[in-house]
Amino acid sequence: MSDQESEEILSPEHSSVTTSAQQPDTADIVIEVDDVNFSYVKGTEVLRDITMDIRKGEVTALIGPSGCGKSTLLRCINRMNDLIPTAGITKGEIRILDTDIYDPKVDPIELRKHVGMVFQKYNPFPKSIYENVAFGLRIQGIKKKSVLDEAVERSLKLAGLWEEVKDRLDASGLGLSGGQQQRLCIARTVAVEPKIILMDEPCSALDPISTTIIEELIRQLKEEFTIVIVTHNMQQATRISDKTAYFFLGELIEMDETIKIFNSPSRRETEDYISGRFG
Amino acid sequence: MAVPATEPPFADTADAAENPLYAKPSALKRRDQVVSIVLAIATYAILACAAFIFLDIIRKGAPVVLESSFPFVNTEFFTKSPESLITFEIEDGSYFEMGSSDYYEWKSENPDVRIVEEHAHPYSGGGILGPLVGTALLTGICIVVALFIGLATAIFLNEYSSKGKFMDSIRLAIMNLAGVPSIVFGLFGLGLFCLVAPVITEVPQERAFLTIPILFTDSYLSFEGWGTCMLAGGFTLAVMILPVIIAACEESLKAIPMGFREASLALGATKWQSISKSVLPYAFPGMLTASILGITRVAGETAPIMFTAALAHKDKLPWQDIPVNEEANFLAQSGEWTGGFLSQSVQALPYHIYTVAARIPQNEWTRPMQYGSVFVFMVVVMLFAALSIYLRIHYRKKVKW
Repeated sequence: MSDQESEEILSPEHSSVTTSAQQPDTADIVIEVDDVNFSYVKGTEVLRDITMDIRKGEVTALIGPSGCGKSTLLRCINRMNDLIPTAGITKGEIRILDTDIYDPKVDPIELRKHVGMVFQKYNPFPKSIYENVAFGLRIQGIKKKSVLDEAVERSLKLAGLWEEVKDRLDASGLGLSGGQQQRLCIARTVAVEPKIILMDEPCSALDPISTTIIEELIRQLKEEFTIVIVTHNMQQATRISDKTAYFFLGELIEMDETIKIFNSPSRRETEDYISGRFG
Repeated sequence: MAVPATEPPFADTADAAENPLYAKPSALKRRDQVVSIVLAIATYAILACAAFIFLDIIRKGAPVVLESSFPFVNTEFFTKSPESLITFEIEDGSYFEMGSSDYYEWKSENPDVRIVEEHAHPYSGGGILGPLVGTALLTGICIVVALFIGLATAIFLNEYSSKGKFMDSIRLAIMNLAGVPSIVFGLFGLGLFCLVAPVITEVPQERAFLTIPILFTDSYLSFEGWGTCMLAGGFTLAVMILPVIIAACEESLKAIPMGFREASLALGATKWQSISKSVLPYAFPGMLTASILGITRVAGETAPIMFTAALAHKDKLPWQDIPVNEEANFLAQSGEWTGGFLSQSVQALPYHIYTVAARIPQNEWTRPMQYGSVFVFMVVVMLFAALSIYLRIHYRKKVKW
């Protein structure tokens, strides 16, 4: 992408950034992270005093060097860290739809139907493409073929994969290329119609062309979903996100509009990371 | 112009005449050669022993079992149960050898012929139908029980249990089960399945360990054991093979990448849904192939079934001539715990081989039966091993991730 093009995207005239650059946040808050501390093993805190809000219909990027806790926070939001026995939130709350998601009355199974996740290493099941996308609906007990057909087509279209696979829906999902498999995983996630999609470095295992396709996909998806994306790639954050949060060693250093973080950050630590002085 | 003399490399060393890169004899190198020879000898010695055993069995057993003309197998060997071999001479000098059932038939067809000399050789005639059927039934019951319990245990240990010292000690206990001598398993099976296993009956025996009357019926839950029967034998063999099956199932489950479970859970599946739909179908082929090898091993066990299931001699096959009363059913019926199909005792091939090898006199008459039985057993084991290898290759091609 040439300098001129990248400037165009970051300039206030570009549609996705216009409203937030000039008006106060009007979108609803979907996820509230309130003074959260988290540790994997008792004694060593991996996240400290994290407070941030994720707003509806926006793409929020979590950036920072390796090991700073951004993936950990992401996995807290859909309670995937519950799989690790000793890990847990030691202080604070995460609220979705004004409900503390770690409340004992909250069922993680139901939570995960509303908060989907796309993983770093694409992991489609060794089933057919159709069965991969229909999996999330089948486990809810939906068996009617017409319902499943319609959902599969809708999801594959949302994931930008429909045209490429519509005549081989019975082929194995593992026969696709890497970028296609990741899009299949995205289709699988949106089939369940979650409100929030969490993406953990979805493009890090892909080549640049597939990455571009998926970034374009994310721009389209944010019309229907709220997206939180962890990324190592700062340029990716500038390309696709509305808000960016910079993490370092388990603390949230700064969170603001993407354009502001990358052009005029308030904190020196942020500026050091962005200018590449370390990382 | 004189060319400046260049010195050969290493010219200043003591043995300048030798090239330092060439081989030099030394104690280290001699040891290296000796070790490789010793290792090769050890391997070929094992190969020689195995070859000797197999060739001997084939040489002496194949003529008993195989024939040169259609149907290429000695059908009598496979369709008759073991019986005595009668050798006799009649007055005109002709000499006959035949199994006891054939002998009685011959006698009734030739009532006037005078028999000069006759000998009966126990266990040397007839065939191995009874033992074959018995081994097949025992192995069948063993597979069903062992796979069910073993798979459940493996899933629990791998997917559900919390990691910790307690679980490690459980795993250690299971692995130790593999080291228990088979005769101890036989006694265990005798003590548990034959003598105190629960039975529903209307006439509990005096010696029952515990008797609990069942409400609203005339029956009792009586802990009096199943007696000597294939059910007890099958369960005992199942307990014996449990460590192998659990290890095989755990291996297969661990080989499934964590990503499948995570992806499934992230879509809102329950734990069992994730396991049953995203893990088990892909682990199953591996479990099957590893289990088949273990089952082959257990099919040849003698000690466990000696006490719990096997008889040396039995006239009827298990499904023939079961004593029946009006309310008979498959397992047992009211009245007495006898008569159900699974409560029949059986002959078994390994026990039969033990009998003909160790419990009866050795002479030229017994040899064909001995070698024939062993040959058949060897062929069965090889077929199972081949099946396991074939399945492994087939499934490896089918599912790749």
